[in-house]
Amino acid sequence: MFQSLTEKLGNVFDKLRGKGSLSQEDVDLALREIRVALLEADVALPVVKDFVERIRIKAVGQDIVKSVSPAQMVVKIVNDEMVALLGSENTDLSFAGTPPAVYLMVGLQGSGKTTSTAKISKYLTDKLRKKVLMASLDTYRPAAQDQLAQLGTQTGIATLPIVTGEDPLTITKRALTEGRLGGYDVVMLDTAGRLAIDDVLMNEVVAIRDVAKPVETLLVVDAMTGQDAVNTASTFDSKVGITGLMLTRVDGDARGGAAMSMRAVTGKPIKLMGIGEKWDALEPFHADRIVSRILGMGDVVSLVEKAIETVNEAEAEDMAKRFNEGRFDLNDMLNQFRQMKRMGGIGSLMKMLPGLGRYSEQIDSANLDNSVLKHQEAIILSMTKAERVKPSLLNAKRRQRIAAGSGTSVQDVNRLIKQYEQMETMMRRMKKMGISGMMGAMKNFMGKDDQDKLAEMQRESGTTPGFSLSGSLGQMAQQKMLGGLGNFGHGGSKKNRKKK
Amino acid sequence: MFFWRKKNNPAQQEREALEDKIVHHPNEPELEPSTEYDPVIDPEFKKHELNETEEEVLSELEITPIPSVVDSQEPPRQDSDGGGWLSRLTSGLSKSSGKIGGGLADIFSKRKPDAETLAELEDLLIMADMGPQTAALLVDSLRARKFDKDNTMEEVQKALADDIAAILDKTTRPLAFEKVGDSPKTILICGVNGVGKTTTIGKLAYHIHYRDHKKVMMAAGDTFRAAAIEQLQIWADRTKCPLVSSEIGADAAALAFQSYERAVKEGMDVLMIDTAGRLHNKANLMAELEKITRVLKKKDPAIPHEVILVLDATTGQNAISQVETFKQLVNVTGLVVTKLDGSAKGGVVVALAHKFGLPIFAVGVGEDIADLQAFHPQEFARSLVGLAE
Repeated sequence: MFQSLTEKLGNVFDKLRGKGSLSQEDVDLALREIRVALLEADVALPVVKDFVERIRIKAVGQDIVKSVSPAQMVVKIVNDEMVALLGSENTDLSFAGTPPAVYLMVGLQGSGKTTSTAKISKYLTDKLRKKVLMASLDTYRPAAQDQLAQLGTQTGIATLPIVTGEDPLTITKRALTEGRLGGYDVVMLDTAGRLAIDDVLMNEVVAIRDVAKPVETLLVVDAMTGQDAVNTASTFDSKVGITGLMLTRVDGDARGGAAMSMRAVTGKPIKLMGIGEKWDALEPFHADRIVSRILGMGDVVSLVEKAIETVNEAEAEDMAKRFNEGRFDLNDMLNQFRQMKRMGGIGSLMKMLPGLGRYSEQIDSANLDNSVLKHQEAIILSMTKAERVKPSLLNAKRRQRIAAGSGTSVQDVNRLIKQYEQMETMMRRMKKMGISGMMGAMKNFMGKDDQDKLAEMQRESGTTPGFSLSGSLGQMAQQKMLGGLGNFGHGGSKKNRKKK
Repeated sequence: MFFWRKKNNPAQQEREALEDKIVHHPNEPELEPSTEYDPVIDPEFKKHELNETEEEVLSELEITPIPSVVDSQEPPRQDSDGGGWLSRLTSGLSKSSGKIGGGLADIFSKRKPDAETLAELEDLLIMADMGPQTAALLVDSLRARKFDKDNTMEEVQKALADDIAAILDKTTRPLAFEKVGDSPKTILICGVNGVGKTTTIGKLAYHIHYRDHKKVMMAAGDTFRAAAIEQLQIWADRTKCPLVSSEIGADAAALAFQSYERAVKEGMDVLMIDTAGRLHNKANLMAELEKITRVLKKKDPAIPHEVILVLDATTGQNAISQVETFKQLVNVTGLVVTKLDGSAKGGVVVALAHKFGLPIFAVGVGEDIADLQAFHPQEFARSLVGLAE
């Protein structure tokens, strides 16, 4: 169901490989897949239709860059369009006018306004050195004002004292006075959750806006929101006039299509994302990341960045040389384990891989990843140098010794050796087939060929390198990664099954 | 470090040197498993650490005073829902059904059911958050029935309503608020953040106490979010139901365990345990929730009797992922869908029923204490397609 778009399009285009340019029929086929992918990601239907039309215009007749598949080509167009749609330079928070600058937080019930109010206040206090006053205007939900007061205590940010029985407008006026007299830079007004169709409450927030004259009116929206996001965003925007959006619960596994819907209907920038329960779990909006999420492509950019960071270049070259010679012993395997550990373990790698992100937490919860790596590392470390170079030395007696030395069982040792043998066979086969870039891929998960392709595509389109990694290279990186890591993943899941 | 080695041949030597260089990083002690990957537990998440023993669990408990149960015969407020649940549901849904129903009327008043109209119908279902797959399924079934020029708009609407109701009907089962043997019916309420768990408990308590005239106890198991306990306390006061609570940061499983003992001792009919909102992909938080059920099962393997997952009607296709994970970890037995009074159309309910077959125990259709209604598939489906005006 949540297959990545690249994969889906790959299937569609399999028959069409080798054509010079994208025909009307090719594009129609692809657009159907794109439509479903976007709908499954909760992008609102009118926005999807509009978007798909724009892709059609761009894609038909588009020349296919040599050595790039049509699927990758279309995904690239989709990706570019989405980044263009979602991205905006204007994501900075404003403090215009005489202080205090008033921020008005609005949204549906349960979208995360109060938590976001505290997070933004903390951010303004710690990072931008602003003096912030928070005030809750939520006189409806039980204990809502208490909640903000407690958050104020927890974060050390001033809150307006609660006066029971006051109505929201009175609280607003009191907050503004207090903000002026207390010399605050920013006054955060946290309003009650309200439905966009509730005229009484919508008029109330309009009245508050007229009194408070906010420089920022942020609509707080849950990233899990479905088709209704368009109604909510457009109604809030037309009635209250928002200046930006804050997307919450981006740390969940929702695809976040609501972001695209709301950006499209309001034209207002998405300024911030809430990415966790901690106070600092607040990030500026990254269009490219949300795009790869909506398209189900995983955070390949981060993965590639991380790989480049952690895999030492010299090491990788050594490895590549050895692999080209078809040599692979337990030292190489140990080295691979360590590289994976440095990248944050199997779980962290898998999370970033397209299509796998959503399962990674389950894998994490089984707590298998790094312990497996650790055990396997311990097993190899319990071998003598001779054994590592020449695994055929490992007879039963030696295996028993290694198991005892590493605190594992002989079965574990056997499993590792089996795994080693499989990898070794694979290496030999690859050498025979003449694929030499295997370890080059370990270097940065891009062989020379792919780098050329990337360069070529960039020349064609004039885009920045940032995009392509999550687009066309998603597939390439994925194949390389899975090829290289397949065996480790296997070892892990076997262990996992055994546990259950 | 290689020079003491026995010299075999230059190639071998070079190879070994290379191996050494690869295996041993400059700042790493030789042949010693590294310890740098030991998990560092974030102090912020310490409170979610699992605690297995009952004794320890119990020792950290603290119970706030429980208000005495007053006469349950006297509702504290006037009932405004004279027309019963249906009128409330339809008024709550009127804005949403207005959209779908209106759309349907537009399609079918102007035209007869043909390929194009059915495609538009599919779009409308998608806009109701049914998801592309469920919508396609429903419309394909309409197509198979081959409506033609002789068919009226109403027939198509009815057929669609019947299809939706058929999917929903399979899941329907009432939620009984009765003791199970000697033990109170124990209901665990869970869900992601901000869906309306606490409000749902308040509304359910009102219903159980004043409609079913049963003794109901609440447990403030959300020991994480600021003011969550105070929020439930207010609902407890409003519904005149006893509340077992602890303090922020307390162990939720311990509280659940204690509240159950308390509920048994005081002869309660129903115990409702609130939990903190948690995203279903947070392994540590889900483990904490699982621990609550595990600890309860030490008392009696049959409890919690019901695990209700509260879903926000504005949620899109992620609801499927939510139900999937919660069901897998804490064996969710049914759903409550909240915020159906908004412009969200709740079509996701159909997709969920189709996929998981979980009953929908109630729907939230407003902010009032009485705005929680039983779920009736037939009426819901009819109102969804614009038939129940």
